[in-house]
Amino acid sequence: MAAPIFDTLRQQLVPAAGVAAVSHGVLVFTLAPAELMPTVQRLKSEFAFDLFLDVTAIDWLGQTPRFEIVHHFYSTVHKVRARLKTRVPDADTSLDSLLPLYGSAAFMERECHDMYGIVFRGNADLRPILLYEGFVGHPLRKDYPKQQEQPLVPYRT
Amino acid sequence: MDLSIPNPVRSIFEGEQRDDSVIVNIGPSHPATHGTVQIIAELDGERVRRTDVHCGYLHRGFEKECEDHTWHNLIPYVDRLNYVSALINDFAYCDGVEQLMGVQITPRCRYLRTLLSEYSRVVDHLTCIAAGLMEMGAMTAFLYLVMIRDYMYEHLAALTGARVTHSYGRIGGLARDLPAGWLTRLEEILTQYEDFVARVHALVDRNRIFIDRLRNVGVISTGDALHWGYTGPILRSTGVPRDLRKDTPYLAYAELDFEVPVGINGDNYDRYYVRMREMDESVHMMRQLAGMLPEGPINVDDRRCTFPDKTLVYSEIETLINHFKLVMDGPRVPAGEVYCAHEAPNGELGFYLVSTGGGTPYKVHVRSPSFVHMGGAHRMLDGGQLADIVPTFGSINMIGGECDR
Repeated sequence: MAAPIFDTLRQQLVPAAGVAAVSHGVLVFTLAPAELMPTVQRLKSEFAFDLFLDVTAIDWLGQTPRFEIVHHFYSTVHKVRARLKTRVPDADTSLDSLLPLYGSAAFMERECHDMYGIVFRGNADLRPILLYEGFVGHPLRKDYPKQQEQPLVPYRT
Repeated sequence: MDLSIPNPVRSIFEGEQRDDSVIVNIGPSHPATHGTVQIIAELDGERVRRTDVHCGYLHRGFEKECEDHTWHNLIPYVDRLNYVSALINDFAYCDGVEQLMGVQITPRCRYLRTLLSEYSRVVDHLTCIAAGLMEMGAMTAFLYLVMIRDYMYEHLAALTGARVTHSYGRIGGLARDLPAGWLTRLEEILTQYEDFVARVHALVDRNRIFIDRLRNVGVISTGDALHWGYTGPILRSTGVPRDLRKDTPYLAYAELDFEVPVGINGDNYDRYYVRMREMDESVHMMRQLAGMLPEGPINVDDRRCTFPDKTLVYSEIETLINHFKLVMDGPRVPAGEVYCAHEAPNGELGFYLVSTGGGTPYKVHVRSPSFVHMGGAHRMLDGGQLADIVPTFGSINMIGGECDR
């Protein structure tokens, strides 16, 4: 099922917003970090993608750039989803925050910062949300050992 | 020996408190918060000036653990996300994996999953409404609703073997078919449900105390709700019929006759009423589905994901190897990524799955409605009364399991 809006989006946004393809009913844009903010702005204001669903990252350890940041959007008008994928290197894991456009970015970016150490420029409140103050490292990175423990309260012996 | 434990959270109010305000800490383990969540509130008398919501107390590394287990072994884990409606989690996850594998589930499985999703939704809404009413002192209504919920749990246990965390979904099908007489008992329970929900309507809907506590409390507008990522009953309570079952139909929803109830104001009363009406719609759907259920297998005939028949495992070497490979290596899921969203009782439940072609996921991410809703909860709490935090928080229906993962 290819929605007609997908063709319009492709004509309007590509090549400025990188390459686009439809995967499992979702329109996927692969773009450079600098193009993220302008593309999301256009998606929101011109194409009614009014719901910012989710942001997460994938750690492709061993590849460069290492982290792939994945944003999901939903349009309650066209009833379709769009996915934006962009890569950032290990040396500089910062990316524009979507907080100026969507309030829901606040918590979701905090989680992504917790888990992968992605720094969202413009989100002033990146305190730990699922982890606790003082937690060292980012547990969903592939080089964080699964068995590693950081108890806040010492174990009883 | 220093026995002090460092504070796991840092409040945004630290160092910028006004002279005339008081900071009150609610939770993480407090009778007013059903769920393990901490709300730090700045109060001006009884009025809430600002709130800082902290979740994460139930974080157990779900997503990390997923990267170390086969696709099949995750099913009991996804059960424990939203443990009040575990079946919907199961089916959403399995749907995602099936999309990656290109598996088409059988018609009987499709209808059965739809029926059980709606059953799960009723259970979830019953729990939410019952707890919300009890927190305002309505003990009778609580007992009526929880009694029905318990009949449903027992009934689901007869099918799945467990009351709460059913682990009933399978990639490409279901764990087992309906036992004899299950649909007959379903109709009995639905009849009782109607009787008791009617009593709750009579007790509560036009009750002065109840209306005073809920009307125009915790109001959120449609624009704000979308801005803060709200979906599900909270978004619908603001007056827009946004429901994935209608908007992007999955399972058998396109063939069903149902309405999407909406509210007017986006306040606590509307959220109560939207949930009550949604349960009625779910019951209506379940009755349709019980009549539509076709005969046939519940599992696809696909050796990549479906476990072979046990008698053959013990008698044929090929089948034994097939079984062994499925257990030890897991089903081979073609490389790719998928975002699969179902309409969970609280909103859009999305599974973002990434496979590199192995029997274990490379990444599993859950877009849990509860977590997103916590991000905007302060919009409903700020400016209200301290005592209103309890019903407003209850009407958001945050489930710690899926919020904190």
